[in-house]
Amino acid sequence: MSDAFARLDRRARGLLARVRGRNLVIGIPYLWLLLFFVVPFLIVFKISFSEVRLAMPPYAPLFEQAADGSRMVAIFNLGNYGYLLTDSLYFSTFLYSLKVAAVSTLLCLLIGYPMAYAIARARESTRNLLLMLIMLPFWTSFLLRVYAWVGLLKTDGVINNALLAAGLIDQPLSLLYTDFAVYVGIVYSYLPFMILPLYSNLEKHDLTLLEAAADLGARPVTTFLRVTLPLSLPGVVAGCLLVFIPAVGEYVIPSLLGRSDQLMIGRVLSDEFFANRDWPVASAVAIVLLVVLLAPIMLFQRYQNRELEAARR
Amino acid sequence: MNGRFRNTMLVLGLGFLYIPILSMVVFSFNNSRLVTVWDAANSPTLKWYAALLDNAQILGAARLSIEIAAATATGAVVLGTLAGLALARFGPFRGRAFLSAMTTAPLVMPEVITGLSILLLFVALEQAIGWPDGRGFLTITLAHITFCLAYVTVVVQSRLAGFDDSLEEAALDLGARPATVFWRITLPLILPAIVSGWLLAFTLSWDDVVISQFVAGPSASTLPMVVFSKVRLGVSPDINALASLMVLIVAVCVVCSTLWMRRRERQRQREEQMARAAGG
Repeated sequence: MSDAFARLDRRARGLLARVRGRNLVIGIPYLWLLLFFVVPFLIVFKISFSEVRLAMPPYAPLFEQAADGSRMVAIFNLGNYGYLLTDSLYFSTFLYSLKVAAVSTLLCLLIGYPMAYAIARARESTRNLLLMLIMLPFWTSFLLRVYAWVGLLKTDGVINNALLAAGLIDQPLSLLYTDFAVYVGIVYSYLPFMILPLYSNLEKHDLTLLEAAADLGARPVTTFLRVTLPLSLPGVVAGCLLVFIPAVGEYVIPSLLGRSDQLMIGRVLSDEFFANRDWPVASAVAIVLLVVLLAPIMLFQRYQNRELEAARR
Repeated sequence: MNGRFRNTMLVLGLGFLYIPILSMVVFSFNNSRLVTVWDAANSPTLKWYAALLDNAQILGAARLSIEIAAATATGAVVLGTLAGLALARFGPFRGRAFLSAMTTAPLVMPEVITGLSILLLFVALEQAIGWPDGRGFLTITLAHITFCLAYVTVVVQSRLAGFDDSLEEAALDLGARPATVFWRITLPLILPAIVSGWLLAFTLSWDDVVISQFVAGPSASTLPMVVFSKVRLGVSPDINALASLMVLIVAVCVVCSTLWMRRRERQRQREEQMARAAGG
């Protein structure tokens, strides 16, 4: 009898250790992300309702003593958001950022789709090599690759020199510090993020479907539009979100290649923070940007979860 | 979409990806200070590489960046592996959806938002409890671990999703303790994911300029911060040399690690086949 008890006891203890280990495995990254990822957003949210002060830190405290000194109250002031609404600069900056991100995403899709398709239909031995070629630039410094375009697009840069030498133009084109340069920079930096999800989708397609469509007399264009494209839609959505969301808040590319008379929202946020030292307005800009991007971010999460669930089966 | 069109686009696209890199490498050997005019009489030259090795600011920043990147990659791998393990193996648990959301949001979050929010956390913490005291190596590393651990989690999670848990279950049934199962079975299985997660986190940290700019104090400047402030003023030829060196190092590392992982994978498949044959 005591033997059975001892065995039961040992088992219970093992189970307990397992549960404790489990909680530790879940708890450590959970707490880390809670402290360093979620709590910061709450602080930004609170500071966006604060007033700017000439102090360090340059905002009114999060909690102040009530007028009668009896308790602490949180001060909420909507002034920063009112400021964003009334100054048309912010509105046009937001619109411009969304436009730049949308156009760049579309260009990425138009260039990336045929590339991903070509890789997915390549022979298996070349496929890995091609994927490595797509990924290789990603491993080298993003900043330096954007900087490379300055040398290419400058008035006396490589592209203008080549066009002049070829006699195609008489006057150097102004390419740098334009919308065009920003599109080139974003498409160039984010292209791998478009290609990879598209590739992993296209690679899984059942090729007999295409044969069936052809046997039934569909022309290749029809087959592509009616079979391949609809099947690849999840990959298209994932690729577009991976480009669009970070591109809206892009800071480095427009700073190096973009116009100086029309800033993007990431630059405005950081100027408010560093140059104007107006932390509350910078926080309000961050919150509005986050709200604008909330729906695409949630859509991306849904896709990402579905991908990982599908891989399990 | 017909084959010829696809392949033409692939070649053009690869050209688009590589021409800027190639032009930096070529002009890093150019004698002229004008970065875009080829001085045929005196080129190629290695003088920009020599200038780079004499630049104490760049070398110091590179050293700081390597230290931060190594610490970040190690921290992110430990936390990301735990998170990936929990999400892929523990089935449903309370807070799973939230953990999963917290590990995918940083993948797409604009860097200015992440940078601003984590800096405001550090400022608030310093006010409240006096830690972290000042900003520099520690705050940059903590911020980098936070956004890199999301990438490691995804890599580990998708690697684990590729294996069913029958091996782990079998070991548990045979009486192995969970920790033993992790060290002897799970870890070797996900080692390639851990290696690529470490390299990925190292690269992301080494490359980051926006988040670092927010959380670095005046005393600590990482290499991308130095490069960014330099190239904002215009092109400079020693940066071409720096870029070329980095391309060389990365290319060697990527080729080596790809070959290593492919060999490991093949070995694993061979062993599996042998085990199956032996089991009859």
